[in-house]
Amino acid sequence: MEDKNNDILEEVTGSEYKYGFYTDVEMEQAPKGLTEDTIRFISAKKNEPEFMLNIRLKAFRHWQTLKEPRWAHVQYPPIDYQDIIYYSAPLKKPKLESLNEVDPELLETFEKLGIPLEEQKMLAGVAVDAVMDSVSVATTFRSTLAEKGVIFCSFSEAVQEYPELIKKYMGTVVPYTDNFFAALNTAVFSDGSFVFIPKGVKCPLELSTYFRINAANTGQFERTLIVAEEGSYVSYMEGCTAPIRDENQLHAAIVEIIAHKDAEVKYSTVQNWWPGDKEGKGGVYNFVTKRGICEGENSKISWTQVETGSAITWKYPSLILRGDNSTGEFYSVAVTNNHQQADTGTKMIHLGKNTRSTIISKGISAGFSNNSYRGLVKTTRKAENARNFSQCDSLLLGDKCGAHTFPYIEVGNRSSIVEHEATTSKISEDQLFYCLQRGIDMESAIGLIVNGYAKEVLSKLPMEFAVEAQKLLSISLEGSVG
Amino acid sequence: MTTSINTLPLKDRLLSLFYENLPHIKGNATPAANRLREMALAAFERQGFPNPKMENWRFSDISQLLETEFAFDFHNQSRPFDIEKIFTCDVYDLDTFSVTLLNGWFVYKNAPLTRLSNGTIIGSLAKAMEVYPEIVDEYLGKAASAEKSGLVALNTAFIQDGLFIYVPEGVTLEKPIQLINIVDSQVPLLLQPRHMLIAEKGSNVTLVNCDHSLTHNVSLTNTVMEVFAHPEAIVDHYKIQNKGKNSALFTNTFFHLQKKSQVSSNIITLNGGFTRNNLHVTLQETETHADLNGLYLVDRNQHVDNQVFIDHAAQGCFSNQLFKGILDDQARAVFSGKIMVRREAQQTLAYQNNKNLLLTDEAKVNTQPHLEIYADDVKCSHGATVGQLDPEAMFYLRSRGISEKSARQLMMLAFADEVVQKISIEALRQRIGSMVERRLKGELSICDQCVLHCNDKGPTTFNIDMSKI
Amino acid sequence: MLSIKDLSVSINGKTILDGFNLEVKAGEVHAIMGPNGTGKSTLASVIAGRDMFDVDRGEITYRGQNLLEMAPEIRAREGIFLGFQYPVEIPGVSMASFMRTAINEKRKHLGLEPMSGAEFLKLMEEKKKLVEIHSKLTNRSVNEGFSGGEKKKNEIFQMALLEPRLAILDETDSGLDIDALKVVANGVNKLRSPENATIIITHYQRLLDFIIPDYVHVLFDGRIVKSGDKSLALELESKGYEWVKKEANMAAAH
Ligand SMILES: Nc1ncnc2c1ncn2[C@@H]1O[C@H](COP(=O)(O)OP(=O)(O)O)[C@@H](O)[C@H]1O
Ligand SMILES: [Mg+2]
Repeated sequence: MEDKNNDILEEVTGSEYKYGFYTDVEMEQAPKGLTEDTIRFISAKKNEPEFMLNIRLKAFRHWQTLKEPRWAHVQYPPIDYQDIIYYSAPLKKPKLESLNEVDPELLETFEKLGIPLEEQKMLAGVAVDAVMDSVSVATTFRSTLAEKGVIFCSFSEAVQEYPELIKKYMGTVVPYTDNFFAALNTAVFSDGSFVFIPKGVKCPLELSTYFRINAANTGQFERTLIVAEEGSYVSYMEGCTAPIRDENQLHAAIVEIIAHKDAEVKYSTVQNWWPGDKEGKGGVYNFVTKRGICEGENSKISWTQVETGSAITWKYPSLILRGDNSTGEFYSVAVTNNHQQADTGTKMIHLGKNTRSTIISKGISAGFSNNSYRGLVKTTRKAENARNFSQCDSLLLGDKCGAHTFPYIEVGNRSSIVEHEATTSKISEDQLFYCLQRGIDMESAIGLIVNGYAKEVLSKLPMEFAVEAQKLLSISLEGSVG
Repeated sequence: MTTSINTLPLKDRLLSLFYENLPHIKGNATPAANRLREMALAAFERQGFPNPKMENWRFSDISQLLETEFAFDFHNQSRPFDIEKIFTCDVYDLDTFSVTLLNGWFVYKNAPLTRLSNGTIIGSLAKAMEVYPEIVDEYLGKAASAEKSGLVALNTAFIQDGLFIYVPEGVTLEKPIQLINIVDSQVPLLLQPRHMLIAEKGSNVTLVNCDHSLTHNVSLTNTVMEVFAHPEAIVDHYKIQNKGKNSALFTNTFFHLQKKSQVSSNIITLNGGFTRNNLHVTLQETETHADLNGLYLVDRNQHVDNQVFIDHAAQGCFSNQLFKGILDDQARAVFSGKIMVRREAQQTLAYQNNKNLLLTDEAKVNTQPHLEIYADDVKCSHGATVGQLDPEAMFYLRSRGISEKSARQLMMLAFADEVVQKISIEALRQRIGSMVERRLKGELSICDQCVLHCNDKGPTTFNIDMSKI
Repeated sequence: MLSIKDLSVSINGKTILDGFNLEVKAGEVHAIMGPNGTGKSTLASVIAGRDMFDVDRGEITYRGQNLLEMAPEIRAREGIFLGFQYPVEIPGVSMASFMRTAINEKRKHLGLEPMSGAEFLKLMEEKKKLVEIHSKLTNRSVNEGFSGGEKKKNEIFQMALLEPRLAILDETDSGLDIDALKVVANGVNKLRSPENATIIITHYQRLLDFIIPDYVHVLFDGRIVKSGDKSLALELESKGYEWVKKEANMAAAH
């Protein structure tokens, strides 16, 4: 661990966004704009069964009745939803058995990103379902997983091959009626991942997916569905890097998780979409709906997220604790710099008896950015003996940024205990000076202190993600000194 | 004489009543006040009454209350009046300079407006507008903006009477000023007293504000108070709210603090049907100090909603909020405390805490301790808890031979005491302490203070049921 | 090595050091003593480059360079080490990664290759033995949850790792038991060489039994009012500071 820390600090020297490039893979695109025809086009392209098209159309019609939500503590110009391309796919998308069959240009991209898609990853025991733009192009370790009965495939594939599972679970946690962006996603989602862990199976690998936005004006609408049957376990990792683009790009994903009795799902994210330049131009709009339900008794879902990217983040990975004795966790580090705006947090809805939830949120704001924690903890009348503990800390670097905390607590029975604590302060001068006195420069000192500050959350990430996350924290705070 | 028009929604009735009664309403008010009321009326017309779609009113629905056919008192009933003949306030053994409002109108023994030998002016706002128009005009509406709140707009449009206090430079008032607001009407009444307190440089004043109702009739009080603390002034404000179950009370209090001034606000809600306290504190200049405390003890269907907004607009200011509540039966408590630290407000210290004890499964708490911070050299924290009496502590007490019931009482008293201890006037602290104790033991009711009018014994016990804890 | 001339320092308009002079040559150990609040820690902080203090007058040269113009981390890399009177806690940052970062930044400054993980671990083990610190301490976050004594030992441990030219130890002895005191003294004595110098700020002459200073200075009212050798420390121990204060006041009256 220690060495890892240091490697990270040594690498943090460049100042521009490291992952700012895009590949030139031939694209097949839907025409700009959104009508029923666009939706039929997408569905047809993907050769979808009737039921899927119907869901999309229903969602689309509902979406048309909705207004974009504007209550978050973020500001951005109006989005022209008719000026977005809702579907694009790499032209060659054959089913691949090995990496050798993958477009070399694509592999090069992944390598530049430092994503060890190849041997390192395999040695690390990770199966990778890499999503280039919207369509899955490479899948490894399928067979290992198949032996255990684990399904890990692209969402499109699941629609073809496991329509019954999709029908049964899709939209049960995040219905298209949930919100504006959920309706939009349901109408136009391009692809994503599907994970199914059968009863009693502990998934032998960490499942991970890398997402990229890669075509000008292409909105990215991912859809992930994870179902953990009774007594199963899975750890799922999602990481994002996006190339530099002048125009804002819309990302409106949906993640749904269902944990049955005694099942456990651990969902980790490192989010590093293009945040825009130093003047606040460009960058991804990340409007995501993530929700899990602890359906069965003693089930557990935990969200861990490290958010460093995007011009605008609107994201509240939430949990519904329905099963008695179920547990929900939310661990978050959100860094904003320059002109980034993040409004992120969680909702913990306690329905079952003896349900427990923990929220640890660490916000770090620098530059001209605004970073808000927004969270709801609710215990209903039936949620006897529910417990929540929330700790939301904010760290300020510089006097032009903002740090905000908006918790909402609703307690509806007398045996619940809900505790919320929050602090906001600037980075300690004493700590900085201590580091300087040991010869460590300001930028590294900030990197060190911030990583230390976020350690409680970083330590919840799977090992290979922790390294990347630490790098990102330091990188995204570059230039925040002064 | 009271006026009431039925059939129309309350908002429309108020709008038409305004024009119909304009000459009366204007009375002898200053031209500036009258200009203000016309603008405020437009603001009220635009905003209307609050509704649950508004972020700050999500948990407090007053739509049913607004269906009431309220009557309005537009005519000055200011008259000589012996308060002691009909009413003794529960904070009686306190030596105060006492003034009374009956149904929103100033009532008095000798004169509506008194000027003390040290220059302090205390009395009726209506009278002050005649005698000291230049002081009223300098301050009226300067802290309470009608543009941001329909309730403030409504009050401002109908300004007629209320309490006026002016404390000159360097004057320390030895005795607290006690304002007793009494509502006594055989018909549902909507009243809107308007208060002003101006504390000049280096002055020191304490105001104790008691809200009572004398009948069980429905009433709605929508009061606005503006407090101006000039440099180095010290203002302590206590609100003791003990109202009937059918009364609704909206208080809108605005504190405006100048350099090195200090303000404390203590809101003790013992009873009330629907109580909503909006507290807006602007730390306008450097090195100010604001201490805001609240205690609410509610049961049955009582609803109490405290909304605090602290605006740290200058460097080196301090604010602390402590709000605690105990809820029984189906009572509902809402707390929303927002700390805003503006870019220039460096070296801010701002703390906030809201703690709640829930005694039943039907009681409900919503708490929203919010921080919005734009300066970096700050230390801010907030905390909120909802829970029950600490079982470990309960066990500890019982292991020392204390009965479970007594242990519960002790613990609840201790819980409430943290707020009571913030009261700096010894006599008042003891008085409120004992009221809280009686309230928690079920011995306090609104009829305690009432020597008249209360023919039907009505609901006398507001008992927090110990066995349910 | 270090030359301080006519130094005046203030904080928030309050003058703390006033016309302070000190010469420290390579190979020397200087002890600075004086009552509480006379500005000993202020002096140490100013040498290390804390910008909270205003230098109103005077100059500090370090190995021929104008020290006051150098950033604090450059001073550190050039070999100035401050053992803090109150070492700060840095939650979440492990001692090992902290020190490895510090060492490699210094090496980079000196044009050396960064130290490999293995080399660093070896070095750390070696120095741990020297200061007899618990091996577990280095796995913990910097100073977090350390006892007072552990914090002080940790300062010496860092000094041993960084091998400074000029070490300034600000009350590193206070709160230490006799064994820990010996460890601290041992650490300092190991570092002692004709090329290095040490400034020891202390209240008690106790530490000076183990580290024999070449000079002892008494700081009072913002300047050195008396200098001598080790015997001065003993004299202070028996007579207290009153005596020096009186002398200083008398001198000022003349
Ligand atoms: N951050 C500070 N702000 C204000 N005064 C300070 C600060 N630091 C030190 N001082 C004052 O400077 C004087 C010298 O302090 P210091 O250098 O710590 O003394 P010593 O180390 O000799 O005990 C004291 O009067 C102290 O109160
Ligand atoms: Mg000192």
